[in-house]
Amino acid sequence: MDRERSPIRGAVKPRERAHPTPLTYVKVGTTLAVVTVVEVGVFYLHAMRPVIIPVFIVLSAVKFVLVAMFYMHLKFDSRLFSGLFVGGLMLATAIILALLALFAVFTG
Amino acid sequence: MATIVQALRRPTSYTGWWSWVTTVDHKRIGILYGATAIIFLLLGGLEALIMRIQLARPDQTVVSPEVFNQLFTMHGTTMIFLAIMPLNAALFNFLVPLMIGAGDVAFPRLNAFSYWAFLGGGIILNLSWLLGGAPNAGWFGYANLTGTAFNPGHGIDWWVLGLQVLGIASLASAFNFIVTIINMRAPGMTLMRMPVFAWMTLVTSFIMIFAFPVITVALVELMFDRFLGTNFFVPSAGGDPLLWQHLFWIFGHPEVYILVLPPMGIISEVLPTFSRKPLFGYPVVVFSGIAIGFMGFGVWSHHMFTVGLGPVANSVFAITTMAIAIPTGVKIFNWIATMWGGSLNTKTALLFAVGFIFTFMMGGISGVMHSMASSDYQQQDTYFVVAHIHYVLFGGSLLALFAGAYYWFPKITGRLLHEGLGRLHFWLTIVALNVTFFPMHFLGLDGMPRRIYTYDPSMGWDLWNMVATIGAFMLAVSVLVFVFNLVTSLRRGERAGNDPWDGRTLEWTVPSPPPAHNFDTIPVVRSRDAFWEEKHRRAIAPVAGGSGRMDPGEEGGYRPGHDPRHSTIHMPSPSYLPVVVALGIVLAAYGLVYHLALAAVGGAIAVAGLYGWYMEPASEPEDTGQ
Amino acid sequence: MQQTWVGGHQVPHPETATGLDHRKVLMWVFLGSECMFFGSLIATYLVYAGRSVVGPFPKEILDIPVTSVSTFVLLTSSLMMVLALAAISRGDVRGFRVWLLATALMGATFLGFQVFEFNHFVHQGLTPRTNLFGTTFFTLTGFHGAHVTVGVVWLLSLVGLSFRKGHVTQENSLKVELAGLYWHFVDIVWIVIFTLVYLIGVTTG
Ligand SMILES: [Cu+2]
Repeated sequence: MDRERSPIRGAVKPRERAHPTPLTYVKVGTTLAVVTVVEVGVFYLHAMRPVIIPVFIVLSAVKFVLVAMFYMHLKFDSRLFSGLFVGGLMLATAIILALLALFAVFTG
Repeated sequence: MATIVQALRRPTSYTGWWSWVTTVDHKRIGILYGATAIIFLLLGGLEALIMRIQLARPDQTVVSPEVFNQLFTMHGTTMIFLAIMPLNAALFNFLVPLMIGAGDVAFPRLNAFSYWAFLGGGIILNLSWLLGGAPNAGWFGYANLTGTAFNPGHGIDWWVLGLQVLGIASLASAFNFIVTIINMRAPGMTLMRMPVFAWMTLVTSFIMIFAFPVITVALVELMFDRFLGTNFFVPSAGGDPLLWQHLFWIFGHPEVYILVLPPMGIISEVLPTFSRKPLFGYPVVVFSGIAIGFMGFGVWSHHMFTVGLGPVANSVFAITTMAIAIPTGVKIFNWIATMWGGSLNTKTALLFAVGFIFTFMMGGISGVMHSMASSDYQQQDTYFVVAHIHYVLFGGSLLALFAGAYYWFPKITGRLLHEGLGRLHFWLTIVALNVTFFPMHFLGLDGMPRRIYTYDPSMGWDLWNMVATIGAFMLAVSVLVFVFNLVTSLRRGERAGNDPWDGRTLEWTVPSPPPAHNFDTIPVVRSRDAFWEEKHRRAIAPVAGGSGRMDPGEEGGYRPGHDPRHSTIHMPSPSYLPVVVALGIVLAAYGLVYHLALAAVGGAIAVAGLYGWYMEPASEPEDTGQ
Repeated sequence: MQQTWVGGHQVPHPETATGLDHRKVLMWVFLGSECMFFGSLIATYLVYAGRSVVGPFPKEILDIPVTSVSTFVLLTSSLMMVLALAAISRGDVRGFRVWLLATALMGATFLGFQVFEFNHFVHQGLTPRTNLFGTTFFTLTGFHGAHVTVGVVWLLSLVGLSFRKGHVTQENSLKVELAGLYWHFVDIVWIVIFTLVYLIGVTTG
C-alpha cells in the first residue's frame, strides 16, 4: 500500500478517479438483470442439472463483483477500501469452507 | 423523543463528575476504562480466591457446587472481557492518539459510547449475582449445557446479553482505532515509523472486527434458542452442539491474541526505553505481530482435538498451531536481543517486562505441548490447561500491563509510582504467580479435572492444591500492594515531568498529564523513535546517509509542526448522547429478560440518542456567535 | 477532526493521513466486519442444510418465481441508488430525491415480499421452531431483512434531511455515498443468499 508511505499527511492524493457516468450504471444494471434472468432460466433447465451448482456460483459471483466494483466504486476508489472489504470477504469465505469441510458437507 | 433530546442543551462543563459522563476526550475515556477495569480485576480476583479456598483441602463445603460453577464462569468471563480487554483499551485510548501525533481519535463520541457500553455489559454480567444467579456454564459456555432444558434460570441470559453488549462496545472501539491509526497519523508518521504499541493496537483492532461478529452470531443463535425456542443447538431437532464449539473458538482463539498482542506492544515499548537501545528488528516484530493476527484465525480446532473431528482435521490444526508459535518465538528473540548489550535501567517497568518474557514463554511452551493432538488428549480439561491459560494471561498479559502501568502512570497522572513498592509488587507477583500456577501443571498431569468443586483425599491432590491456594493469597497481597501504590502515588508520588524515562515516542514530548488538546502544534515526524532521535542526535553514530531508520538526506527526530492549519485548536465538544445510547441498549437488554415493553423503551431511547448524535455536530462552533 | 457545521454549511474536512475521509474508511471497515457476520450466519445455514428431522423442507416451500421478482426489485434499487448519488454529485437535489425515494420504495417492496413470504411459511407450518431449516432460514433472511429495514430508514431520513438547508448538498454528497455503500452491501448479501438458499437450496434438497 504505497500511498500509506506518504511522508507528509495529505501530500499524496488518494487513488480516486472520477466515478462512472449514469450510462455506465444503467449498463451494469442491465447486465445484473440479464444475469438474474439467466439464473432463473438455468434453474428450470433440466439439462443443466449436473453442473447447476458451479453455474449458479459463477453467475452470482459475476453479479457480486459487478455491484462491488461499479456501484460501490471499488474499481475507482482507493485500494485501501478494496483491501478492507476483500480481506473480510476472503476470511469469511475461508471459514465457511473450513466449516463445511469439518462438518463433512462435501464428503457426505 | 428525539426533539426532547435535541432540546436539551449541550453540556459545556469540563470539570466536575458530570464532565466525566459527557467527556469525549480519549485520555479521560482511557482513565475511565482503566479505573473500571481495575475494579473488575479485583472482583475477578475475589472470585478466584473463593474458589482457591474451596479447593485448598479435599471435601470442603465452603461454597456449593452450583455457586462454584458460577464462580469459575464469572471469574473467566470477568478477567477476559472486563479486566484484561479493557485494561488494553485503557492504554489504546490514552496512548495511541499521543503516539501517532493526533489530537484525538477519529470519532470521539463513538469512543465515549464504547466505554459506556462496556460498563453496561459489565453491569449486566455482574448484577446477575443478585438477579437469580450468575451464569454457570464456563467462560466458553458450551452448548447444550446452556440450553433452557439444562439451564432454566436467567444466568445464561445475563451471560449472553452481557457479552452481546460488550461485543458492541469492542466493535465500536475497534472501528474507531482502525480509522484513527490509518487516518490520523501526524505528518511523516508513516506506518513503519509507528511505535510498535500503535501497530499492535491496529492488528488487535482488525482481529476484533473479524472475530467479534462470529461470537455475535453464536450468541444470537443461543439467544434465539433460549428466547424463541429455535433449534440451533438442540440435538433432538438435529442441531449440533459442536457448531457452538466451532463458532466460539473461531472467535475464541483470536480473542487470545486480542488479549496478548497489546501486551506484546507494551513490552516492545518498555524494553527499548529501559535498555536505551532501539527495538531490535522492528520490522520483524511488526510483521510477526501481523502474522500472529492472521494465523490466529486458522487454529481454532486445537480446542476441540478430543471431540472426534478425525485424524485429518486434528493434524491440520495441530500443524497450524505449531506454526503460530514461530512468529511468537521470533518476537521473544527480538526482545532479548533488544536488551542484549543495552545499558539497562532496571526500574520496575523493566522488571515486569523481563518477568513477562519468562512467564509468557512458559505459557507458550505448554501451549505448544497442547498443539500435539495426541498429547492434548491427556491434557484436555485438566488443570494442566488451567496452568497454561494462567501463564499466558497472568504471566503474559497482566505482567505486561503492570509494566505498562509503571511506565505510563507518570504520563497519565503527572506523578511517578513509588519505586520501592513497585519492586515489592514485582517480586511478590513473580513468586506468587509461580507458586499458584506451577503446581497446577502437576495436578493436571496427575489427572485433576478443571472445574470440579472438590476432590477426594485419596486422589493425592491435597499438597499442590494447598500450595496453589497459598500462592493465590500471595497474589492477592501483591495486587493490594499495587492498588495501594496507585492510590498513594496519585496524591503523593514524585512529580514526573514530561519525560521521566528518557522516552522514545511522541507521548513523552507533551506535558504530564497531557493537555486536553494533546499537542500545541501537530508534530512533524522524520524517523522511527522520533523523540529519542531528536534528543540524542549528536550522541549517536553518524547520522548522514543513515542507519536505515531515517530517510536518506533527512535528519532524524521530529519537530513541532508550524502548519497554520493546525494553529487554531478546535476540540470536539462533550456530549451526553453516547451515554444515552449505551443506556438505551442496556435497558433493552434487561427488557429482553423481564418485559418486552422495557426492551421497546430501551430501543427507543437508543434510536433517539442515535438520531440526536447524527444531527449534533462533533464540535460546537465557538466563534460564530450561534 | 470531524466535520463541523457552521451556519448550516459544512466546513471542509481537515486533511487526513491518507487523504480519505474518516467516515468512508469507517464504513468500509464496518462492511469488512459485516462480511464475517453474514459469513457466520451463512456457514450455520449451510452446515445445517439437509439436517432437518421433520418438514417442511426447502424444496417443498421455497417459491423461486416470487423470490426472483423480489430479488430483481432489490437489484434494481441498487441502480436507483447510484443514480441518486450521481444526481447529488452534480448538484441536482430534485433528481436526488426522486431516485433516492425510488430506492427506498423498492427496498420497502422487497421487505413487503419478505413479510408475505414469512407469513405464507407460517401458514404452511414452518416457523423458526419447526425444524432446523426454519431456524436457520428465518434467522439468516431475517437478519438480512433487518439490514434492509435500517437501510430504508436511513434513505428516507436522507430524503427528509434534503429539505433542510445545507444538510444534503453537492459538497457533502459523501453522506449519500455512505448510505449507498451500505445499501449495495445489503444487496450483494442478498445475491449470495438468493443463490445459496433459494436456487441451490431448492435444487439440492
Ligand atoms: Cu486457541
